[in-house]
Amino acid sequence: MTNETVLSVADLTVTIGTRRGAARAVAGVDWSVRAGQTLALVGESGSGKSMSVLAATGLAPRAARVTGDVRLLGTDLATLSAAGRRRMRGRHVGFVFQDPMTSLNPVLTVGRQIGEASEVHLGLTRRAARARAIEMLELVGIPSAAERVDAYPHQLSGGMRQRAVIAMALVCKPDLLIADEPTTALDVTTQAQIVELVADLQRRLGTAVVWISHDLGVVAGLADTVAVMYGGRIVEQGTVDAVFAEPAHPYTAALLAARPDPDANVTELVTIPGTPPSPLELPKGCAFWPRCSVRGDSRCERELPPLVPVAAGHQVRTFYPRQTGEDR
Amino acid sequence: MTGESGATDVVAGLTDLAVWFPTPAGVVRAVDGVSLTVRRGETVGLVGESGSGKSTTGLALLRLVEPTAGTVQVAGQDVTRWSRRRLRRLRRRVAMVFQDPQASLDPRHTVGASIAEPLAVHRLAASGAARRDRVAELLDLVGLRRDLAERHPHELSGGQRQRVGIARALAGEPDLIVLDEPIASLDLSVQAQIMNLLRGLQRELGLTYLFIAHDLAAVEHMSDRVAVMYLGRIVESGTPAQIWREPAHPYTAALLSAVPVADPPVQRSRQRIILAGEVPSPIDPPTGCRFRTRCPQARPDCAQTDPVLVEIGSGHEAACLFAGEAVRAMRAQPVNASSP
Amino acid sequence: MSGSDSTSRRALVALGRDPLAVTGGVVLVLLVVAGLAGSWLAPAGINEVDVDRMLQPPSWAHPFGTDELGRDVLSRVLVAARVSLQVGAVSVGIALLAGVTLGLFAGYYQGWLDNVLMRCMDVLFAFPVLLLAVAIVAVLGPGLSTAMVAIGVVYTPIFARVTRAGVLSVREQVFVRAAVATGASDLRIMRRHVLPNIAAPLIVQTSLSLAFAILSEAALSFLGLGVQPPEPAWGRMLYDGRGFVTDAWWLGFFPGAAIFLTVLAFNLVGDALRDVLDPRQLTVSEARRNAG
Repeated sequence: MTNETVLSVADLTVTIGTRRGAARAVAGVDWSVRAGQTLALVGESGSGKSMSVLAATGLAPRAARVTGDVRLLGTDLATLSAAGRRRMRGRHVGFVFQDPMTSLNPVLTVGRQIGEASEVHLGLTRRAARARAIEMLELVGIPSAAERVDAYPHQLSGGMRQRAVIAMALVCKPDLLIADEPTTALDVTTQAQIVELVADLQRRLGTAVVWISHDLGVVAGLADTVAVMYGGRIVEQGTVDAVFAEPAHPYTAALLAARPDPDANVTELVTIPGTPPSPLELPKGCAFWPRCSVRGDSRCERELPPLVPVAAGHQVRTFYPRQTGEDR
Repeated sequence: MTGESGATDVVAGLTDLAVWFPTPAGVVRAVDGVSLTVRRGETVGLVGESGSGKSTTGLALLRLVEPTAGTVQVAGQDVTRWSRRRLRRLRRRVAMVFQDPQASLDPRHTVGASIAEPLAVHRLAASGAARRDRVAELLDLVGLRRDLAERHPHELSGGQRQRVGIARALAGEPDLIVLDEPIASLDLSVQAQIMNLLRGLQRELGLTYLFIAHDLAAVEHMSDRVAVMYLGRIVESGTPAQIWREPAHPYTAALLSAVPVADPPVQRSRQRIILAGEVPSPIDPPTGCRFRTRCPQARPDCAQTDPVLVEIGSGHEAACLFAGEAVRAMRAQPVNASSP
Repeated sequence: MSGSDSTSRRALVALGRDPLAVTGGVVLVLLVVAGLAGSWLAPAGINEVDVDRMLQPPSWAHPFGTDELGRDVLSRVLVAARVSLQVGAVSVGIALLAGVTLGLFAGYYQGWLDNVLMRCMDVLFAFPVLLLAVAIVAVLGPGLSTAMVAIGVVYTPIFARVTRAGVLSVREQVFVRAAVATGASDLRIMRRHVLPNIAAPLIVQTSLSLAFAILSEAALSFLGLGVQPPEPAWGRMLYDGRGFVTDAWWLGFFPGAAIFLTVLAFNLVGDALRDVLDPRQLTVSEARRNAG
């Protein structure tokens, strides 16, 4: 099963109708993730990182118009009925979202919620599902799982709740785990636990993971490949080592430099002026142009730069890729 | 973290502060014995995770929460027992910037009205024209266009809103500004802007900050002195360099190792101290050392003795019976990250 | 204040796009015109008795027909609009003033004040609306002004509750805490921050209550406890017309239709206001969050 592509999207575009006009949340995005690998989607608010994944898995809001080619385990999702897509998603994809409290139903025990998916998709009996839930709680490191299986979500701490959500996401042994900012609402020490847990489970189960995050540090530790999104498009993608060590897009470079580094002891941080653009009013050419420190020429303002390779397995969308070794 | 220097340059201080909240489940000891001084022109960083009591400590400096025990001093005066009426005057001396700039601005007020509120409350402008001039000046200071005074918060970006929050805090020319997670809800590219702005304003106007955050790297960057809080107590304090390079308390060391570094090879191969379990309930904190239930180096003594802050270096204090030693032991045998 | 101006302007523009709200608004404008100028518009005097023209069905001379004393029904319906408007305005004014004050203090200070005030409101609320109004009128004596006071008292708890609920949520907002942190006084916070932020539900409640107040007055007049004859009032006219339902349907139909249209119009406008005044109009940041 190794190296098998689990999910791939090609030319994915998501347009959302709003009262103020059409918002192009995602524009022509291509990415794929293979079994046992982690793809990190990095970006700020409005970059389209979450929307591209929601759209690919059929969870985009009703007002969204989604086009593009999405293949889950080789199956073109467009050829399936709505029910078929739902079955496919339920059986093969697990989700973990930012706020565990909103993913859990407050009036059902965590055991019931974890077991439910295995009853529906694996045809287990109630009793077998309960045993499976206990097994899953143990797997995600919840102590005294046999007792906690009957706990309600509010009786668990934030970190425990997120573990329960991970158990729920993995109960059907999915081929793909979608983790949308799963540690953002957690404390640093709890975040470290959850990151370790997901990495460990991935090693053991061979799951493909799409990890959506704005935190470059978290991504550095767990991703194999990374796609940096800005204004609905991928501006840079490649192996995590290449992108972090030799960022070729001015935006990626600036993001990496904007974090305070206690070992560097600088007074003035490198900043990116302005704010990320709204999907409602995207600049015409390169979306980053108004904030860019390079700003090569007027072409950037008029023309959308193509995504071009700068090295093996490393692509960037800019007319002015940064040279290796150039100062940040 | 009691300062040894003279009282003249101390802007604000807390002595043995305790803030307890009664709840149906029991008394929550949000802050349980914290002493802290802030001197003129410096930034004191307060770092900790949720439930550490760092925000409550900041609120206590404005007397926005009632101290259960201990004292609060501002500008040389003990304000612990001040009446509600007198406290309104105190709040010109100590201003606050909140985490969520959207929520902290009244959606129905213009930016100008929000910034002018302290001027109106404390009658700091003689006329409407004087007030508008001052608002324009404050907008200049925080790097916003003057015409934004007529806008409403929802028309601004997150970074602009936080600049408005900072302008409002500056309006009354306070002695101390409490910054409660001022960058936590901002986009990464905007966080650096706000940190630069805060540092620039401090240089320009000689401001004094209490910078409260969970983001250790940001606190190190912003602060002259750092205090690390855990479960209602300060467990370690010192200069940013001391905290970052030679942490003496096991909790500080664990916190540091949990901060992700944006360098893939380093982040993958780092020796990490993954703490077991979670922060215990502040309703029923552990006996002895509060960190002992999660401390990889806990020893029998730790359950018996409640450690106090002890000076272990120049201006470097830690509340651990085995300060320094425990961290060295932890780092010698780190928890293997990949073991279950 | 440019702030409240732009908000209300935006609300008005949005209302103008809603056909139901426009319909309601037109009816309300006609009602106000009738209320202010009813006696001039009326083709005949309201108490012009003409025994030769008793119980005539609608015709060009008397579009709404005539009643059992030969009085012109159209004229009486038009003039009675003033009574309805007056009752609505005065009684809802009383309820608004008392209810908002009580709710504001109860919600802001909470504690025992809240308990005492709101339990009093609960007691008032526990009575069926009309029964309570009848009891108050019984004590004070029938007539237009006592009816207005009675209706005002009856609707006070609704405003107190709506206000208190709004205050409870607004006072937990960070911007209220920010105002406290700047040193603002309680009264300033209530006036500048709390009230403007609960204005929307209060405006909606006011428009709905106007409808109910007019209905209550009609009911009181129907029971003979409101406006006293020969002064015209829709409820009273409806009451008087009930004996002629089979022979002269127009006696009850036109005052009834007036009540129906007025109440409907207030409800349409109230519902539209509820939608429009929701402060969460789609903003740029919202679109961004959707896309995030």
